Amino acid sequence: MRRDIFQAIADPTRRAIITLIALQAMTPNAIAENFHTTRQSVSKHLRILTECELVKQEQKGREIYYSLEIEKMKEIDKWIEQFRKIWETRFNQLDKVLSTIKKQKK
Amino acid sequence: MNNLLFDFTVDKATKTVSITREFDAELSLVWDAFTKKEILDQWWAPKPYASKTKVMDFKVGGRRFYAMVSPEGQERWVIQKYTSISPKTNFKFLNAFADENENPELPGSEWDHTFSEQKARPDDPIGRGTTKVSVVIYNESLERMEKQIEMGFKEGFTMTLNYLEELLATLSQQQ
Repeated sequence: MRRDIFQAIADPTRRAIITLIALQAMTPNAIAENFHTTRQSVSKHLRILTECELVKQEQKGREIYYSLEIEKMKEIDKWIEQFRKIWETRFNQLDKVLSTIKKQKK
Repeated sequence: MNNLLFDFTVDKATKTVSITREFDAELSLVWDAFTKKEILDQWWAPKPYASKTKVMDFKVGGRRFYAMVSPEGQERWVIQKYTSISPKTNFKFLNAFADENENPELPGSEWDHTFSEQKARPDDPIGRGTTKVSVVIYNESLERMEKQIEMGFKEGFTMTLNYLEELLATLSQQQ
């Protein structure tokens, strides 16, 4: 099943993880040190973010480093912009309809 | 084109989309435009898509069952079930995609519409009221947003620009 990206970024811990790894790739242990939570819990959050393709993993030696998929984050903003356009168009069309009705009433 | 307010915000953390728009018309007319299917179908679908309302029963517990129809005739069905209505002030519905037999794809999102009249200032010689509409969509998901974009706005910007041109031409003819 495909995960909902809104859900992924709705969690405060996951947002904090995104902010952390946006600056540099980090291991799960290094990420966990920043939170008052278990390593397992951080792993779970990382798994969700990975499933949404918001983060990517890279093996370096014996460690796995997590970093942010900047393009995916941009993609979200692109969708939102298109959604905004729909509403803008829809309401511009409503302007036209309202003005036609007003003229008919006169 | 005009200086009417248009505000669009998305709160990703709470999955809430807020759209506020001002219209140059009186409250009762704008209310009708949102609540009567004959008017709704004229503007709801971004061109060249068309909105086709099959059923609309505007009362609490009633619903609007409509399709966005692509220029090729492809239909994408949506159910909007009215949960609350305060005439000329506010109405709410649950919005969900559906198949042509009205089976909803749950969960959907909750839409809350608020209407308010902005009175003309008494010292304004050509004073006339405008109407502000706020649409707040709760529990929206990116997946459903994507679907709405796919079903109603495939070619994106080109379409808007074409429409804008057409609109501007009409407006200048009227002057």
